[in-house]
Amino acid sequence: MNAIFGSIGLPEIVAGAIMVALTGYALTGGADFGGGVWDLLASGPRRDEQRRLIADAIGPIWEANHVWLIVAVVVLFTGFPAAFGVLGTILHIPLTIVLVGIVLRGSAFVFRSYGRADRAIVERWGLVFSIASVVTPLCLGIVVGAISSDAVGRAASLPVDAPFVERYVTPWFAPYPLAVGFFALVLFAMLAAIYSAYAAKTDALREDFRRRALATAVLVALAAAVSLFGSTSAAPRVARGIMTAPWAAALRACTAIAALSALAALVSRRYHVARLAAAAQVTLILVGWALAQYPYVVPPSLTIREAAAPTLTLELLLVGLVAGALVLIPSLRFLFKTFVRIDDVSP
Amino acid sequence: MASSGWLKLIAVSNLLAARAQMALSLGFHIIFAEIGIGMPAMMVLAEWRWRQTGDDVWLELAKRWARGTAILFAIGAVSGTVLSFELGLLWPRFMEFAGPIIGIPFSLEGFAFFTEAIFLGICLYGWERVSPRTHFFAGVVVAMSGAASAIFVVTVNAWMNTPRGVTLAGGRIAAVDPIAGMLNPSTIQQALHMALAAYAATGLAVAGVHALMVVRGSTRRFHRAALVASLSIGGPAAVLQPISGDLSARTVARTQPVKLAALEGQFDTEVGAPVRIGGWPDVDARRTRFAIEIPRGLSLLAFHDPAATVKGLSDFDRELWPPVPPVHFGFQVMVGLGTLMAIVAAWSLVVLVRGRDILANRNLLRALAIVMPFGFIATEAGWTVTEVGRQPWVVQGVLRTADAVTPMPGVVVPMALFTVLYIGLAAIVVMLIRSMIAQTQ
Repeated sequence: MNAIFGSIGLPEIVAGAIMVALTGYALTGGADFGGGVWDLLASGPRRDEQRRLIADAIGPIWEANHVWLIVAVVVLFTGFPAAFGVLGTILHIPLTIVLVGIVLRGSAFVFRSYGRADRAIVERWGLVFSIASVVTPLCLGIVVGAISSDAVGRAASLPVDAPFVERYVTPWFAPYPLAVGFFALVLFAMLAAIYSAYAAKTDALREDFRRRALATAVLVALAAAVSLFGSTSAAPRVARGIMTAPWAAALRACTAIAALSALAALVSRRYHVARLAAAAQVTLILVGWALAQYPYVVPPSLTIREAAAPTLTLELLLVGLVAGALVLIPSLRFLFKTFVRIDDVSP
Repeated sequence: MASSGWLKLIAVSNLLAARAQMALSLGFHIIFAEIGIGMPAMMVLAEWRWRQTGDDVWLELAKRWARGTAILFAIGAVSGTVLSFELGLLWPRFMEFAGPIIGIPFSLEGFAFFTEAIFLGICLYGWERVSPRTHFFAGVVVAMSGAASAIFVVTVNAWMNTPRGVTLAGGRIAAVDPIAGMLNPSTIQQALHMALAAYAATGLAVAGVHALMVVRGSTRRFHRAALVASLSIGGPAAVLQPISGDLSARTVARTQPVKLAALEGQFDTEVGAPVRIGGWPDVDARRTRFAIEIPRGLSLLAFHDPAATVKGLSDFDRELWPPVPPVHFGFQVMVGLGTLMAIVAAWSLVVLVRGRDILANRNLLRALAIVMPFGFIATEAGWTVTEVGRQPWVVQGVLRTADAVTPMPGVVVPMALFTVLYIGLAAIVVMLIRSMIAQTQ
């Protein structure tokens, strides 16, 4: 712990801000993608109601939720321009797929909501929306997996004329990043199922999403186990961090408590608790990734300090972030209060 | 030797593909960004009139406009995300170099956009959920943050044209001053020009749509309200735009003489240079043919002195010339369409200020219908002038575009992908908006 807190300076605070933005994105934008997954998998007698609930929940807020990602990217290229250059170069292909997914997801969603009421058209856009909602989180997870396995950093140090596949494909198209991609996908789907169960207006609909939430919670546990097992050989830095670092035991315990609380709350139908516990679980997973990778932005060679922009830039950026947060936090609260159901189902 | 020739060819085509993808992405996004700035202002105006008069026609107008805005804003949001990533995907070395300076205005833009997205959600979906007062307030916040985000983004472009706040040592940045970078000599002029462009293009486009429907026989009272609101925003902006253009051109003359020479098709350095209308720059012969020349016009416009010396392209290394024909052509299109818009806008404002019924003036309605798309075309042309006119530099005099591009080969593939994607999206958006407009007949 001391090794970490002893060296906290401006670059580390800005790196922390990126993690805050990414967490914000996972908890809100991630759940919106998860909603798309449930749109794809909508089934049973309440198929249309399930889809409507998701659409109504996402409609007013997905654009704001989406901006978390833009904030993360902008703070990354302002604060750590060298890292941004490396990631943009080596991860060009998965990031391009993410972008196409984001464009198709967002536009298909509005086309479906505002297009003519023709059922065939609505369904076609619904399909584009939901497929893009699956592909995008998968690729985001792949990107995280590729960075944390050192593969991106190693590929960046290859000569520019190294074989294309070796430099631009194998760093991310590998079992470990794919496992992390799947992990991200089920994690977002679980969040969406829990949020939807919380927001549902009828008991039948709520039960639909409760079952989905329970099933994905199990999948999340599986995916976490697979990723962790894979990391022992493919991403030893992550494995070392999560298994043996001084903070590891405490973090593992907290994550487990959050995950079990979410599960227990779902079983006992206390959706408000389930929502908070699941959000805590996702946050802790991201914290674990960040701590395991510390002090690197792009391991194994580019550290936070090495990649950091000049001090004046970091100072101004921090001032901007604080000022921005002062405007955004009350605004976001207001947005969510306006559109997310407030009347509690459970104590 | 043969293989190095191939490598060079691949490098050249990669650069072209990256430039094409960036141009496409920006050219696509800029339309939706302008609408995202212009529409909220018009919606707020309509809502304000409704609160003032209690006449439901204004409320209907605000709600109808909101439906279209929801689609267009979403496309703007996702295409803007694409751009923020593409900076790193296509120009990693530019970002490694410039990130510490332009990141600050980009961060401010990010927050302004965040605010806009939050309150737009309330505006579009919150009619029944918040009080009318709160709804109006949310609209004002959207309009203001939209304008602010445009100003911050343009600050970045202004820095690329006239970089300040960088101390170089051996090709790398030794010290940065992002504030000085933001307050570079082009910022105010470019931000003003872009903001006015957004209001003028959006306002006159919407006015044109409603005018066209009246010309085609629709008699709904609704169109009068729509024309008044859209012209109140777009009209003054279109009238003021030539003045802002003059400010911009004089800044270019002072700070980017090569760009000025290219956009005017000025090959030789000349005392009392003429302004050229039309014409085709013949780069090999180093002269602009077939142009109508107004003696001393350029010296007068660019330096406010008919005897001023205007530097020609021949004064600069051939290698530092931008592609002259598209820059000259783009400038002609921008100025020509902008002038026509200013005339029609002034005419509309005279009619409105005199309290005449705008629906009775068929000639004006026809003129408005004709200039409907001009603002967006002029924007694309103007963007071509400022971006192509800066080549071969990505940061004027500091970093060449060729040195900033990604080393990843095969950029032509994502370029083709985004071309297909954006053409498809554009077609669908046009179709949807047309069907929405058809519903208001």
